[in-house]
Amino acid sequence: MTALLETPTAGKQTLRPTRKVAWGSPMTYVIAFLFVGICIGPVLYIILGGFRTNAQITADPSGLPGPWVVDNYLEVLASPIFWRQVGNSAVAGVLTTLGVVALGLMVSFVLARYDFKLNGAMYSLFAAGLMFPMTVAITPLYILIRDLGLMNTIGGIVLPQIAFALPTTIIILVPFLRAIPKEIEEAAAIDGSGRLGFFFRMVVPLSLPGVITVGILAFVASWNSYMLPLFILNDEMSYTLPLGVQAFSSQYSVDTARVLAFTSLSMIPALIFFSLFERRIVGGLTGAVKG
Amino acid sequence: MTHSLGENTATRTASPEGPVVAGGGVQTPSPAPGPRRGKRTDWGKALEIIVLSAPAVVVFLMFVIFPVVMAAYYGFFKWKGFGPPTEFVGFDNYLTIFRDTAFHDALLHNGYIVVLSLLLQGPAAVALALLLNQKIRGRSVIRVLIFVPYVISEVIVGTGWSLMLQSAGAVNDLLTKIGLEALAVDWLSDPRIALWSLMIIISWKYIGFAVILFLAGLQSIPEELSEAAAIDGASYWQIQRTITLPLLGPTIRIWAFLSIIGSLQLFDLVYIIWGQYVSATAGTSTMATYMVLNGRLAGNYGYGNAVAVVLFVISLVIALVYQRYVLRRDTEGALTERKK
Repeated sequence: MTALLETPTAGKQTLRPTRKVAWGSPMTYVIAFLFVGICIGPVLYIILGGFRTNAQITADPSGLPGPWVVDNYLEVLASPIFWRQVGNSAVAGVLTTLGVVALGLMVSFVLARYDFKLNGAMYSLFAAGLMFPMTVAITPLYILIRDLGLMNTIGGIVLPQIAFALPTTIIILVPFLRAIPKEIEEAAAIDGSGRLGFFFRMVVPLSLPGVITVGILAFVASWNSYMLPLFILNDEMSYTLPLGVQAFSSQYSVDTARVLAFTSLSMIPALIFFSLFERRIVGGLTGAVKG
Repeated sequence: MTHSLGENTATRTASPEGPVVAGGGVQTPSPAPGPRRGKRTDWGKALEIIVLSAPAVVVFLMFVIFPVVMAAYYGFFKWKGFGPPTEFVGFDNYLTIFRDTAFHDALLHNGYIVVLSLLLQGPAAVALALLLNQKIRGRSVIRVLIFVPYVISEVIVGTGWSLMLQSAGAVNDLLTKIGLEALAVDWLSDPRIALWSLMIIISWKYIGFAVILFLAGLQSIPEELSEAAAIDGASYWQIQRTITLPLLGPTIRIWAFLSIIGSLQLFDLVYIIWGQYVSATAGTSTMATYMVLNGRLAGNYGYGNAVAVVLFVISLVIALVYQRYVLRRDTEGALTERKK
């Protein structure tokens, strides 16, 4: 069964370095090390800056903490505003993820395994959605959400986020579902399960790698989303973290250290999620890139 | 789309509330009725299709397609956003857009960003991917770390970089420390430099994505090819140039496509770093920040929608031209004949 799970991302097996890894040339490590340094340097600046005092930052903007102070982090962690925003972001992220996975899996199943007249048209409709980024739709979307009475609600950002995540989700999931061998479906049919039984008992578990990929992508996108909440959430009580970070940094613009602490705490969840599932996401992307 | 689907089943099942009925249908895996197969499975199948696809189709049409269509409609009105739009102004909004020098500037900036993103990130990302594709120790850790900038939000990137790039910020301080005071400039507000600062930030944020994408592409190239070439006496560079790069072509072209579209739609980073008003004077405004500034913030919703339409048409034309002439070979299978 596990072998089956891997089918759509067969290339992945070669990713995993096997026992015998040669050290390679030192130059490679130097360049790789430099590049990694450039990538995480600014992130480290944010995290370390949170451990400094404003006096330290003013005196030596690019220095290291000395002494290390944890007050900024403790203050942010003790503030109810921060936790409310974490809560809002978490609820929005979880609901978006569940919605994307549920709706995406169902419609991808139809697109991958049912033969009907409108199949091609439906796939093209969703694929065309890739061409409609939220930027273009944001103003009418705002008006629509307002008319639906969903302003300042989590629902007001979750529904559009699900809708805009569907094209990517479908493009990633359809190949996964197509790769499930026909024999499994036939075997399930012989065992007396209908097509829907097959869907719930076989397809859902078998497409788990793809589901994890789209789920993480949806969660991280929702966690980081800025433009939509900017339009939909005007009330500070309903702010998600990105809006909160921005509000906090303009409100406490002189308190740089606290802004940095707030900022670094707000990126932790996305980073954790991502590092845990990095391989899967790259695997899923590989499938999508190959078309 | 839903309509035609809905009618389709309505005639077949004689039950217009397809989805509702089907909600119950899910739980009835009635032990296969052997004989009456034909017609029954037909509707059963139609019903299943409706039930499974309707939620996604409805949500998608309502929150993606409908707003885009409405943008086109609102764009023809002078409208403050309250009540139904009544003051039809035809193409006036569009004429204003095309005459506004602020929009020309924004368009020009988008043009720079598109080109510079491709030139700055593309070659560097290919080189890094080739480098990291070698079997080296700690590769999986490296891959996670270079993806970090891509994973953290635009708000965090914007906040962090604008603090670092302040004239008395960490970057200038660091440059002074290593004896490069001459390079310590006013990164964010000098109009001659701000766009380059933006490019640095954009490259930093998105190059990891390009590298990972290229790495994924490289890993799908069979090793046998380069092994065979090596046996035939080809050097490392010959192999990369004549085998690896051409085979990586499709991935590079897809990345370039995503990069172009992203550059045209750029909003978050500019809006966060330069705020609502400074971006125009700092020379970093984009079509999207122009749209938000002159649409929603100015209360001119009709005008904002017209800008959205212009932005959309420009992106669409570029996307179609690109797909027609560059991506054609790669996507032929992906979007069309993938039926079975």
